[in-house]
Amino acid sequence: MKLVNKVVLPVLDWVDYRLPVFSYARKNLIDFPEPKNLNYWWNFGSLAGIVLMIMIITGFFLAINYTPHTDYAFASVEHLMRDVNYGWLLRFMHANGGSMFFILVYIHMFRGLYYGSYKAPRELLWIIGVAIYLAMMGTAFMGYVLPWGQMSYWGATVITSLFSAVPLIGDTIVTWLWGGFVIDNNTLTRFFVGHYLLPFVILGLVVVHLWALHHHSSNNPLGVEIKTPGDTIPFHPYYTIKDMLGLSVFLIFYLGFVFFAPDFFGEPDNYIEANPLVTPPHIVPEWYFLPFYAILRSIDNKLLGVIAMFAGVCILFALPWMDRCRVRSAKFRPIYRQFFWIFVANCLLLGYIGAQAAVEPFVTIGRISTAYYFAHFLIICPLICKFERPIEPPESISAGVLEAEKGA
Amino acid sequence: MINDIKLRSAFAAAILGIMTGVLFTGSASASGDAVKLAKQEWSFKGIFGTFDRGALKRGYQIYAEVCAGCHSLDFVAYRNLQEIGLDEDTVKEIAAEFEVEDGPNDEGEMFMRPARPSDRFVAPFANEKAARASNNGAFPPDLSLMAKARKGGPDYLYGLLIRYHEEAPDGHEIAEGMNYNEVFPGHQIAMAQPLYDETVEYEDGTPATMQQHAKDITTFLTWTASPEMEARKKLGIKVLLFLLVWTGMLIALKKKIWAKLH
Repeated sequence: MKLVNKVVLPVLDWVDYRLPVFSYARKNLIDFPEPKNLNYWWNFGSLAGIVLMIMIITGFFLAINYTPHTDYAFASVEHLMRDVNYGWLLRFMHANGGSMFFILVYIHMFRGLYYGSYKAPRELLWIIGVAIYLAMMGTAFMGYVLPWGQMSYWGATVITSLFSAVPLIGDTIVTWLWGGFVIDNNTLTRFFVGHYLLPFVILGLVVVHLWALHHHSSNNPLGVEIKTPGDTIPFHPYYTIKDMLGLSVFLIFYLGFVFFAPDFFGEPDNYIEANPLVTPPHIVPEWYFLPFYAILRSIDNKLLGVIAMFAGVCILFALPWMDRCRVRSAKFRPIYRQFFWIFVANCLLLGYIGAQAAVEPFVTIGRISTAYYFAHFLIICPLICKFERPIEPPESISAGVLEAEKGA
Repeated sequence: MINDIKLRSAFAAAILGIMTGVLFTGSASASGDAVKLAKQEWSFKGIFGTFDRGALKRGYQIYAEVCAGCHSLDFVAYRNLQEIGLDEDTVKEIAAEFEVEDGPNDEGEMFMRPARPSDRFVAPFANEKAARASNNGAFPPDLSLMAKARKGGPDYLYGLLIRYHEEAPDGHEIAEGMNYNEVFPGHQIAMAQPLYDETVEYEDGTPATMQQHAKDITTFLTWTASPEMEARKKLGIKVLLFLLVWTGMLIALKKKIWAKLH
């Protein structure tokens, strides 16, 4: 104790006076006031952040064993799987980690939709989140190309070719993406660099996301702002322990796949080396792209299909201005709550359609489902806002918590 | 907190939905005219499954005596055979039966030398063109990852190997030099039926039926595709046991910490 008091603490104080890392950490990780009524749906943001770190760390070790060359990429992955100590663990953690990242982020986004977390003053927080999601999609797409299996190659062919739909400069964009006139070594090297670069862009966006988050603190299940210190509890120990518990449960789920079903989310075809001369009978994107793939295929015109696909994501940017209801939480919005679940079901349906061959009845169902997806944002949300009569939310978080306790 | 319970069950339903979606993806893309694969009892199935060592050795024998004439095994090295129970000297002898190109030597010449355990399995053909020239235009694929590279995995391989028909059923035209197979997509396969009863003579007295042959080679190829499987499951059980205990402790701790609030 003497050593700590005499040496360590003064050094920490000295540093903190010049660069306030310790007081900053204390403010944001220990004392930070969070609403006291957050439920387990508020675990998924921090879980996604942890998975991002797992991806960056395992990705670093994969990259030092990987050769971004069309002749060696596939073999270098097999070398990693067979000859590098725990190489299989790194690769399976990374490959399944990608799917986990999307599962967590999708739940995180639906959480935001349900509790109205995108509403004032958190519009930018939400928008940055959508930007993170977009960057994740790009990263995941490029990463899937790197093992240079059949699905890597043909998935890259399908997706990059979409850009040829852009009027006038479409072909130029595709040539630029490919680094040539066919998908080849130049494509692979630039995707490798992109796949290594974008995660750090995501990391930067996450920092800004947290910055915005910590300015107004988290939304909460009641959707009423913090009014008095009595509405809050410090982040530590309450939410540190809750996040750790959530992490532990999540790890059981995640590592269950890694150790016992590592290829569950993968396509068998990707264990066949890329072959430009043999097209697989069914080219399917990874499961997390399926809803948008369904939107793309629902529209006959290539350009409009591509626009619709990107609009499907980008419409989320505009959500804070589509739903202007002053009540945030769906708990107090009887009509919105029902349409929220219809929307979730519709997203799952789109994902299912995206996995099917483009034949009837899937094409028609896909078109209706696509139309509904956009209608939810453009028509249903504004209309609900106009006609719904929300239940009056409680005065404050504390009042709401007390009420709930009495009821129970 | 009725809403929370509702939400929780909805979450479970959503996860299930995602899972079924993924499963449907698998089954739907495999559809078309694919047949139902009979699920076999594999020694390596389940979280405690391991490779039957006898089957692995017999499977290697089948690969060496039957498959290796046409199919390469590019990602497997001779030294890997020690992992299935062959001893070091046997592995050296097996490797030495093959020649690999090495060099250049001090004179600048490339030369041939007997393979060493550290070498990868020597392929039967120098390149794809040579393989096609010897196989009626068909290219026998590399088998290293075959057990992971087809939908249905081991059950597919097993079915493919035993479900040949001498005569194509009515309504199926089979081209010259091709064979009818129930499991192969399109049913027309270039590979002639490779396994019959007693195609290979086993040293350990196992009855040499076609089914046994198919089972053994499939087990061997599952090992070549996933040589890490046993280590993976063993570590996985330890990790998950730890996490279960750890989660239990965290639940208790969380309850204790949050109890102060009320």
